[in-house]
Amino acid sequence: MSLLRRRRGGQDEPGRAPDAEERKPEHRRAEKKWSCLDNCCWFIGCVCVTWWVLLFLYNLMPSSFPQYVTDAIRGPLPDPPGLKLKKEGLAAKHPVVFVPGIVTAGLELWEGHQCAEGLFRKRLWGGTFGSVYKRPLCWVEHMSLDNETGLDPPGVRVRPVTGLVAADYFAPGYFVWAVLIANLAQIGYEEKTMYMATYDWRLSFQNTEVRDQSLSRIKSNIELMVSTNGGNKAVIIPHSMGVLYFLHFMKWVEVPAPMGGGGGPDWCAKHIKAVLNIGGPFLGVPKAVSGLFSAEAKDIAVARAIAPGVLDQDLFHIQTLQYLMKMTRTWDSTMSMIPKGGDTIWGDLDCSPEDSYIPSRRRRNTTDEPILTEDESKETKPKRRHYGRIISFGKDIAQADSSEIDRVNFRGAVKGKNVANSTCLDVWTEYHDMGFGGIKAVSEYKAYTAGDLVDLLSFVAPKMMARGSAHFSYGIADDLDDPKYQHYKYWSNPLETRLPNAPHMEIFSLYGVGIPTERAYVYMEAPSAECYIPFRIDTSASEEDQDMCLKDGVLSVEGDETVPVLSAGFMSAKGWRGTTRFNPSGMKNFVREYEHAPPANFLEGRGTMSGAHVDIMGNFALIEDIMRVAAGATGDELGGDRVYSDIFEWSDKIKLEL
Amino acid sequence: MAAILRFRKLCFLEPSPSSCNNINPKVEKKNDCKNCSCEENGTRKKREWRCIDSCCWIIGLLCTTWWLLLFLHHCMPPNFPGAEPPGARLRRQGVSAHHPVVLVPGIVTGGLELWEGRPCSDGLFRQRLWAGSFAHIFKRPMCWLEHMSLDNETGLDPAGIRVRPVSGLVAADYFTPGYFVWANLIENLARIGYEEKNMYMAAYDWRLSFHNTQLRDQSLSRLKSKIELMYVTNGYKKVVVVPHSMGANYFLHFIKWVEGGGGGGGGGGRGWCAKHIKSVMNIGPVFLGVPKVVSSILSAESKEVAFLRSMAPGLLDSEIFRVEALEHVMRVSRTWDSLVSLLPKGGEAVWGNLDWAPEEDHVCDSVMRKYEQQLNDTRGFQVKESTKYGRIVSFSKTALESEVSLSKSHGSCGKVRTEYDEVSQETIWKLSQGGAFTADTLLDLLRSVAPKMMKRAEAHFSHGIADDLSDPKYDHYKYWSNPLETKLPEAPDMEIYCLYGVGIPTERSYVYKLSPPGRCRSIPLQIDSSADGSPNGCLRGGVNFVDGDESVPVLSAGFMCAKGWKGKTRFNPSGSATYIREFKHKAPANLLEGRGLESGAHVDIMGNVALIEDVLRVAAGASAVELGGDRIYSDIIKLSEKINIHL
Repeated sequence: MSLLRRRRGGQDEPGRAPDAEERKPEHRRAEKKWSCLDNCCWFIGCVCVTWWVLLFLYNLMPSSFPQYVTDAIRGPLPDPPGLKLKKEGLAAKHPVVFVPGIVTAGLELWEGHQCAEGLFRKRLWGGTFGSVYKRPLCWVEHMSLDNETGLDPPGVRVRPVTGLVAADYFAPGYFVWAVLIANLAQIGYEEKTMYMATYDWRLSFQNTEVRDQSLSRIKSNIELMVSTNGGNKAVIIPHSMGVLYFLHFMKWVEVPAPMGGGGGPDWCAKHIKAVLNIGGPFLGVPKAVSGLFSAEAKDIAVARAIAPGVLDQDLFHIQTLQYLMKMTRTWDSTMSMIPKGGDTIWGDLDCSPEDSYIPSRRRRNTTDEPILTEDESKETKPKRRHYGRIISFGKDIAQADSSEIDRVNFRGAVKGKNVANSTCLDVWTEYHDMGFGGIKAVSEYKAYTAGDLVDLLSFVAPKMMARGSAHFSYGIADDLDDPKYQHYKYWSNPLETRLPNAPHMEIFSLYGVGIPTERAYVYMEAPSAECYIPFRIDTSASEEDQDMCLKDGVLSVEGDETVPVLSAGFMSAKGWRGTTRFNPSGMKNFVREYEHAPPANFLEGRGTMSGAHVDIMGNFALIEDIMRVAAGATGDELGGDRVYSDIFEWSDKIKLEL
Repeated sequence: MAAILRFRKLCFLEPSPSSCNNINPKVEKKNDCKNCSCEENGTRKKREWRCIDSCCWIIGLLCTTWWLLLFLHHCMPPNFPGAEPPGARLRRQGVSAHHPVVLVPGIVTGGLELWEGRPCSDGLFRQRLWAGSFAHIFKRPMCWLEHMSLDNETGLDPAGIRVRPVSGLVAADYFTPGYFVWANLIENLARIGYEEKNMYMAAYDWRLSFHNTQLRDQSLSRLKSKIELMYVTNGYKKVVVVPHSMGANYFLHFIKWVEGGGGGGGGGGRGWCAKHIKSVMNIGPVFLGVPKVVSSILSAESKEVAFLRSMAPGLLDSEIFRVEALEHVMRVSRTWDSLVSLLPKGGEAVWGNLDWAPEEDHVCDSVMRKYEQQLNDTRGFQVKESTKYGRIVSFSKTALESEVSLSKSHGSCGKVRTEYDEVSQETIWKLSQGGAFTADTLLDLLRSVAPKMMKRAEAHFSHGIADDLSDPKYDHYKYWSNPLETKLPEAPDMEIYCLYGVGIPTERSYVYKLSPPGRCRSIPLQIDSSADGSPNGCLRGGVNFVDGDESVPVLSAGFMCAKGWKGKTRFNPSGSATYIREFKHKAPANLLEGRGLESGAHVDIMGNVALIEDVLRVAAGASAVELGGDRIYSDIIKLSEKINIHL
């Protein structure tokens, strides 16, 4: 580049002198030369030069400049928690282990088919996602797992990225753990005291051990960090699905060798100080159901409502959703998040724990405005929402009284014959095996509660659920002493396992509140079901009142945008509180909620007070809590519970033997 | 950003033709828009081809061509005809991953990143300071130097700075973008089934002394834990360790550390190595040190710098930009204890004395000529000229005479203070009168010119030969990385390989002179680049060359495998088998080959197909016999025989 500049400079000097005198002959010649191609070249040259100049100026800019501008606009930010706590004299004490959740961690290619040439050790997931656009089918092929085994297809090895880089940023500029890491580093943490427990989040939990020995690695690393840090026990920080993964780990590590890690019954007591679960879907998330059922979530449903037809068009033969469904259905891990605990937790046809939830009241409560009691009584006219019906076909069904619903049992219904339609078979999903009979049977059951969901999914996706039910379980244990609960499939379900025997260990449930979160769906049959996914969210179903709980076919409830409060908080608020049969050693549990406050302006990025599922990782209050615990504080020193939502009230409504 | 810019340009161009009428010509002249076709002032203004336009035109043309080429390059099928990589070939032969592999990088090649720094390093958190793009050297050189230095007293980080090794395979797969170190080997291992669960990069901070890596980062504990984990999770298969360069010394240190109990060791017990390690495949090991380090400690110079100085005298010494690059390099590198671990070990017994050296029969011509055959085909007749290799540092006659400079004081001008400022001119002059230094007296020389560094580092490293290995003093960690002062562990089944390149002239000893007087320089010594031997001689530009891999002489890389550990010796009491596999250097035939598939150079050898194949086969379970045992091109056996040490 410098060569170029010099050349330009060299031409500059002699070129200027004859400019005035010799314009005419020069002009003659130029007229002939100046063609369209030259115009293009000139234009590109201009753009390049401007670009370089800007780039140069940008590089000259002192690095504190953006900070200065932001401060000028909005006033100085409060100190980031790392700096603040460093001034208070906090220092690194307990080693810290991060357990990333689903989707957020990177996956890289170690062996692939011909089409993936040149992608060796490049990220397929996370990073720039460049290969998705370049070779989408190849990408889908490599990201999918085998439909039978739930492991890699032959000839493909996609492996989790290791180290802190695995999940610090999901895509460039989109932080996940980076803010937390940076703050921890300020009080003295570094790689010898911080460990990112990466695992392949597509696999079922036990398979991560079978294939990659991920659980053994975590065990070995925790042991190493505890022993090299003067015996200070580790603080574990799982996020999202990592919460379930770590629950699995805690059982695994104590179970003797062939199935488990052989750490002995007091391993957790010896090595773990506290588990700080961030936004943990302990009891599953309804979002997982819609994802598995029709590869949809709220976002897709909204997109469909805005631009109907685009997603369903076969115009480019893209069939995005079908590909998506085919791929995600090979991922066993998604099944770990199907709602657990059945009707007892999630409610039946008539009532559910969150029935009394009124978003408008909640909002006022938190803003501390005086509440007029008359106004209150007027507004809370009991208009019941049936959150228990996680899937209902049609808005009427969603709102009708349970006696009015006429259900035809779908279990055992004969699936119709597959319509041999070769044009749409290029993307195979299990729906093609269902036929019209099966589809009809599904929609005639009308309303599905949490207890029915597993049956429903086994009906529409038998292969997937056959794989999944070997690895996960969704019930509530009657008798935890039953030897069958030694099997690993129960380990990630908090209602079917006991916490380890570690009375001094502490469990925190940290999650955001104040964002409407998907809780139940109104479905409809898709037209021309043979080629497409036969069910879809009925985006026309909306409520008109101010609460807007039902919007675009999605019934929302309090939560962090992904996980409802009930799932994130129930175990710490009730299931494990005190000495219960799920928590025999009586370890302390704390619920700490973070009220969502959207970023004030776009300069704040994703906000320092966010409560959203992933953005909460940049929440200063949460980071401060984590750092205090890592530096040695106990839950009581943090201030015990901090609750904004009705989680305790709702938990009380759940009748679960403890 | 680019899109916005382009868009802006379009807006800028489009309205101009129509608005030409309204804007007066002056304003328009200010704009670069000379190509708008206005009817009115037609003849005069129509399309003036000005220099700015032509510049833009040229740049545009170049950019377009470049993009076009880039596009074509991307369109090219990725599997452009080339040799099949060894991994793919071996896989077809049914070789697959068996033993877990541990890679131990050497000095300089591992990445270092910033965890805590001074205000000037704002925004560099967890960015690489070393390796990667090195962008910060240019942007903020002083800041960079400050962060790369260690504390002069402790040999650890200065207060308020934490620079830590990058971990994982990324630590040393590429040194800078496109310049592979381990990447080729990793890729080929992956082809036969390796992945991160059975491959581990033992990254450590290569600036620290080996013992300090454990004190500060617990690097040795990590390595032990990782090896044990891989051993268990891979079905109790022993690991194959592949150290490179200084990594060989580091791993030697580890082997002793891991078996030691109590406070100083890893507590693995006596059988740890026998239980966990199948073989150690040292690539270009620096067992007995390298003379190159001497010159870099003495004067921050090496061959390249000396050549540069002889080509463009004055450039490096001039103060035009007040850069004082060498002084900075010296100041920073002298805080790195690890450099001292690379000083020649074994003293005169190994490296030769004033009159004798094991390589004295070495005929430089053969090596040199082969190396430069392509350059000049002139067949020089061979002059057998015995070079005094034993004199690792000698002062040239001309330099001795120039004692004029001594009276001049030089303290006022250097703002970069090196340790030379504390050494009086008389001392240096006296030292230079000593004439020549062998490997033994060399240490004294260094102690007097770099007292702090040697004091710090000699607590961590030792360079002698043990008389009696059972002496309890040899339990101290400072002896662990010197193969002549430690015993190998009791692991009769463990195999030790020495894999290294030969056929490249390698620095072995230096001719020094005092720096020319009258200049404001704080480094009083420099290589006498005017000292040249006969055309075929080994002395060129003040440096004597022998056979080696460009950095490490054959003697240092091969002696332990060829003699020191061969059979049952006192250094190898359990008789672990040792093998030498040499790789003859062949320069890349054309540009497409990059750094060559048959290179023997110190780092480029990591891309050598034959070496990769050896490593892969051993990792897949082959024994040395299946590989073909020793493979020797150099005179290493003859050289070793000449070295008389009690075994």
